[in-house]
Amino acid sequence: MCRLAAITSNDYFSPMENILALETMKEGHDGSGLGLTLKDLGGHFEHLKGFPILSGICSKSGTKVLDDFMDKAGFQLKDVWAPKIKPVRGIRPRDHYFARVYDYPFSFKYKPWREKEDLLMNTRITLRKIGEPDESIFVFSFYPDVLTLKEVGDPLQVAEFFGLDKGGLKAKIIFAQGRQNTNYAIYLYACHPFFIQGYCSMTNGENTAFMPIRQFLTSRGFPGYIGYNSDSEVFTHILHYVVRQLGLPLTYYKDVITPLSERDIERRTDREALRLLTYSLRPLCIDGPNVVIGFTPDGTCFMVHDAKKLRPGVVGGVKGKYALMSEECGLDSAIPKRDKSLDLFPMKYDMVIVRPEAEEVIVWNQLSH
Amino acid sequence: MEPALPLDHNHQLSLKEFPYLIRWRDDCCKRCGRCTAVCPVKAIVPAVKVRRIVQSESPIPTPTAVRKIVHVIEQVPDIERYCTGCGTCTLVCPNDAIEPEYNPVNKFLHFKNRGGEGYRRGGRRNDPAVSTLDRLKFTRISMLTDPALDAGRHEFRVRTLLGRILPPEELPIVVTDGTLGVDTTSDTFVPPVREIFPIMIGSMSVGALSPPMWEGLAMGVAYLNEVENLPVVMCTGEGGVPPRLLKSRFLKYMVLQIASGYFGWDEIIHAIPHMVEDPAAIEIKYGQGAKPGDGGLLMAQKVMKLIASIRGVPQFVDLASPPTHQTKYSIEEAVAKMIQSMSMAWGFRVPVYPKISGTKTARAVLNNLARNPYAAALSIDGEDGGTGAAYNVSIDKMGHPIASNLRECYLDLVRQGKQNELPLIAAGGIAKKGNLAANAAALIMLGASAVSIGKYMMQAAANCFGDEYNRCNICNTGKCPRGITTQDPKLFRRLDPDKVAERVVEIFKAANVELKKIFAPMGRSTELPIGMSDGLSVDDKAIAERLEISYAC
Repeated sequence: MCRLAAITSNDYFSPMENILALETMKEGHDGSGLGLTLKDLGGHFEHLKGFPILSGICSKSGTKVLDDFMDKAGFQLKDVWAPKIKPVRGIRPRDHYFARVYDYPFSFKYKPWREKEDLLMNTRITLRKIGEPDESIFVFSFYPDVLTLKEVGDPLQVAEFFGLDKGGLKAKIIFAQGRQNTNYAIYLYACHPFFIQGYCSMTNGENTAFMPIRQFLTSRGFPGYIGYNSDSEVFTHILHYVVRQLGLPLTYYKDVITPLSERDIERRTDREALRLLTYSLRPLCIDGPNVVIGFTPDGTCFMVHDAKKLRPGVVGGVKGKYALMSEECGLDSAIPKRDKSLDLFPMKYDMVIVRPEAEEVIVWNQLSH
Repeated sequence: MEPALPLDHNHQLSLKEFPYLIRWRDDCCKRCGRCTAVCPVKAIVPAVKVRRIVQSESPIPTPTAVRKIVHVIEQVPDIERYCTGCGTCTLVCPNDAIEPEYNPVNKFLHFKNRGGEGYRRGGRRNDPAVSTLDRLKFTRISMLTDPALDAGRHEFRVRTLLGRILPPEELPIVVTDGTLGVDTTSDTFVPPVREIFPIMIGSMSVGALSPPMWEGLAMGVAYLNEVENLPVVMCTGEGGVPPRLLKSRFLKYMVLQIASGYFGWDEIIHAIPHMVEDPAAIEIKYGQGAKPGDGGLLMAQKVMKLIASIRGVPQFVDLASPPTHQTKYSIEEAVAKMIQSMSMAWGFRVPVYPKISGTKTARAVLNNLARNPYAAALSIDGEDGGTGAAYNVSIDKMGHPIASNLRECYLDLVRQGKQNELPLIAAGGIAKKGNLAANAAALIMLGASAVSIGKYMMQAAANCFGDEYNRCNICNTGKCPRGITTQDPKLFRRLDPDKVAERVVEIFKAANVELKKIFAPMGRSTELPIGMSDGLSVDDKAIAERLEISYAC
């Protein structure tokens, strides 16, 4: 089963903190991959916050195709960052790992933000479709102030491979997943965290309700709901669908993925609207067993479980820095100096929400709303 | 020289042509006469024979031929009085002296058309083969990568929704200070929705069923709802509803059916102002899986005083509903109007849905309903459904199996993104071999929101003799030996409504447990696994391909 390490802070920190936390949880992952998503970037990217960053991997031939495509699409390359690759046994290096910073095409510079977001997503999807058949191009995210790195291998070795231990790359929110390969062939697009238009999530456990959820999402007519090389990608897309597309507050994500019974809905102050919503989004009930850790575009982080809570997680930390982990030992590694008695183990009706800048932690409960 | 009796019997049938042969044991029979008295079709008669017997009564063998008068039980070689194999004779025999035996080489259908009339009967398709539903297996078992749930410990919600569901984008909701509320300024029509148990009792009318059978079903359903907290609903069938029930609070557990004969609807409409509860739903019957293209049929002999009064018709006349609604011109216009009219009668508070027989054209119907905001569901009744009366040719040869019909309709909805908007109800052949929960779960995983069962209820709750070997199947005659489908008090007093109700409760409680035992290892507990077809497999590649599920062997 995959291990998850998310840290949110009001100060920039290194992804090594997440990776060392994953290392303490090593019994739970087989080192078949590492996925990293960094949001609110520091260091090299601190002065480039307004510009979208395309994160991915290219072969030599793919680089040219990518450049030509971006050029024709009108994106202007502003900056290129690449990890300093250190050969590590067991990791087969690919040609180019990159994070390219672009300026918007001229025609989009003054367009509303949602249109810009759609442009970025559609560009990413097109690149994915171009590069997927021959695996010449992998693109994981294309969004301002967000960077994604993924590779197959043991997380600690992958970190060494990317040179993350040498410093340089920093962010205020970092999600890391140590992959436990179970059902699927090792494939980069199956690696968490998943990202779409500012929404990101990673999950452990299998998704028993994958098929009806995927069918519901793909039939929404939204071009971004593709992929699903992992059954967990739907959790990210549900988050995006509920919060961005339907415009609902984040807490309703919990109400959608673990819908209340009729009796419990009756206890809620928003019962009439919630009942309509629950009926309408019935196919998005996840039924677990999963813990989902995610962030939204404003930098809010959260943790939720399915209704059975067979995959418990833990949230803890100090004001200004909180970690959301799939295991307690990961939390001990990330933030050892904290009051452990205040650690939160969200129960089946809970959603633990960490405000942006790790200001405060809130436990929102489905029943006491 | 001509014989005294003609030997030419070529115009007569031999018993070998009959579907069931009576095995009678002379040595066991005490000649009480119960079997001949109880036989619903008079297929057996007491007879007196003179027999030549060679016997020896002395200590030394001294065979002597004597002539004796003996009393025997004989099967009548009359096609109009053929033994139906019901076995009521066996049931009443105190000495196990008699039983019917199926004759697999019978030529019954060659002859059962006397008077130029096709063979009519009740029951189900005479096809004992294993159905597609019984070949489906649940193969994705949660185990280590995904711990299985405990059916006895975890909270399960085996519930489904009956009624049109609005797509999320069209919900009349607003967000105020981080909380959802209903937008009272919106003029969006919010269709009525019922949360029900996913196995419904299908449409069987008062009239087709005897008073104790119908009463037993209704009592069982009320008990399940009020005591066991299982929201099972039952459909009335076409033929009205007892007036007291219409005005009782138990009406909310009933799906009222309107069909092409509109029997009983004058009484129902007049009772609306006196109703204290809305019915669960209204089902508009356009077709029946057992006899597609045929309307309902209640034979004159079953139209007794009670039935005549409920249906608002004279006694002892054949009540044949037309094959189609006479007002129906097109689905776009007349069907939509009928759905709206029925909705309007209850102030748009009651889901209204059509029921059709399984057919290749089901998707056309479905797509039309998908565009009709007042259509609450679509019920599809497959070829293995049952009937009280129909031509044998309709029952045996007409119709479409439910599995692929339901599946193609569901996948059509998926392609349109409406899979959660218009619930599909599947019927016809569920629990044909007694596997109620497994068949129901399989259909749900193929895309059904609910399933409907009829003849299984008669078999399991009231010991109906009928099977796929044409056993009994005389529901149309009013001579049901079990008292299930008769209006003859001498017959229906054999059936205790309390016992039927008890069995109804047992059946649904057991099905609820079994559904959990299927869903738990598959990791599903909060919502029904509607369309979760990745959990299904079948041992036939052609079926797997057609249903878009995996092949396993």
